[in-house]
Amino acid sequence: MDLEINVNGEQWVLNVAPADVLLDVLREQVGTKSPKIGCERGDCGSCTILMDGRSVRSCLVLAVEAEGHDIVTVEGISYEGMSQLQDLFISTNAFQCGFCAPGIVLAATELLENNPDPTRHDVQDALAGNLCRCTGYEPIIEAVLAAAPARQEGDSQ
Amino acid sequence: MIANEFEYRRPTTLAEATQVLAQHSGSVKVLAGGTDLVAWLRDDAIAPDLVIDIKAIPDLRDIKIDGDVLHIGSLVTFTELIESDVVKEHVPLLAEMAETVASPGIRNRATMAGNICSAVPSCDAGPVLLAYDTAVHLTGPSGNRSVDINDWFTGLRQTAGTDDEVVTHLTIKLRQHGGVYVKLMRYAGEDLAQAAVGIVAYPDNEYRVAFGAVAPTPIRSAVIEETLRGKPLDDDLVAAVVAMVPDEISPITDMRSTAEYRTHMTGVMLKRGLWAARQRLDGTGPAYGARLI
Repeated sequence: MDLEINVNGEQWVLNVAPADVLLDVLREQVGTKSPKIGCERGDCGSCTILMDGRSVRSCLVLAVEAEGHDIVTVEGISYEGMSQLQDLFISTNAFQCGFCAPGIVLAATELLENNPDPTRHDVQDALAGNLCRCTGYEPIIEAVLAAAPARQEGDSQ
Repeated sequence: MIANEFEYRRPTTLAEATQVLAQHSGSVKVLAGGTDLVAWLRDDAIAPDLVIDIKAIPDLRDIKIDGDVLHIGSLVTFTELIESDVVKEHVPLLAEMAETVASPGIRNRATMAGNICSAVPSCDAGPVLLAYDTAVHLTGPSGNRSVDINDWFTGLRQTAGTDDEVVTHLTIKLRQHGGVYVKLMRYAGEDLAQAAVGIVAYPDNEYRVAFGAVAPTPIRSAVIEETLRGKPLDDDLVAAVVAMVPDEISPITDMRSTAEYRTHMTGVMLKRGLWAARQRLDGTGPAYGARLI
């Protein structure tokens, strides 16, 4: 089947089978390698992408379901340099092995777009479905809190 | 990777969907959010010849109130429930339940109707929709029908719906109430229920009491509801119904919990839940979404 999707602002026409999973198509056909193959059952969050601005498990989406939708991966939010959130991930040392990082950056991006002033609990809740097997959660939470738009405005005053 | 090959159709109207279902003779599965279905396809737990994606049918997305009846379309996701002003105002219990489902990345796709179609014992929507006496509306080649939620869950992952039917919407008859959903998990955030209690309290001491993850399906307890009926809630009455819990549920021991722990905690959650539902009805209870366990 022909599949027309927008990935990181680029329009793609791909040939896929109904049984092809979006995660595999993004990695193998489109070549975006930031969504990772982890648990492949929606538990770990490493395959997280943004679909029409909402975080989605790409391991639980058939590629054909994505027809006509806008997909954003970490590559897509980094075209014009790192986002502030990504910079803060670096400065707070929020990566260890980095495998979970693309998913966590996208889940946190969704949170900060919907909630400019999250509490620590809000951050924990938003990231509950993104597992870091290095268990480096504290610096991750610190990075997301520091990137909150409300806190940014506070800093500039 | 999904090993099984299947045909994929995405009808844009209900009429087209039922036509496809009527014409197809092999095994078929209806796809909404897909958070269970795609995982089951990958596991080879199901191997349909045809998958019908209903997400392009706009009629199935409504959350609306018609008179005293709340209508929730089968494509409404848990995130949409949490963000809905109608839900906040009239049925905040649905949002309280939805907030406990998995993680945002799942809630953005998973639908409440899909949750009761998958019908796993721990499905979060089960106890709450049971407590609301929800009606499940379906359409298929032989026409439209509705099923009382109390007749919906027929066994482990089994429902009264058939494979050639599409759930179109759920309806709940609204009247003044207080409700509660208490979910026991191993950790806060993204876990299936070890045990769960859904309660709706109506004026004149009328209660609906349902349990999740402690039987092959979500269940109601007629005995507990009957015992509570018409009597003001007090410590003795609550203790009496908590003592009935072991006979009302049939939990298993598995990797998430033991039968003994599930039984004990179901009693604890029933006790806290009854008081919270009662107080919410009176306008004095903890805010919806507050953790009781």
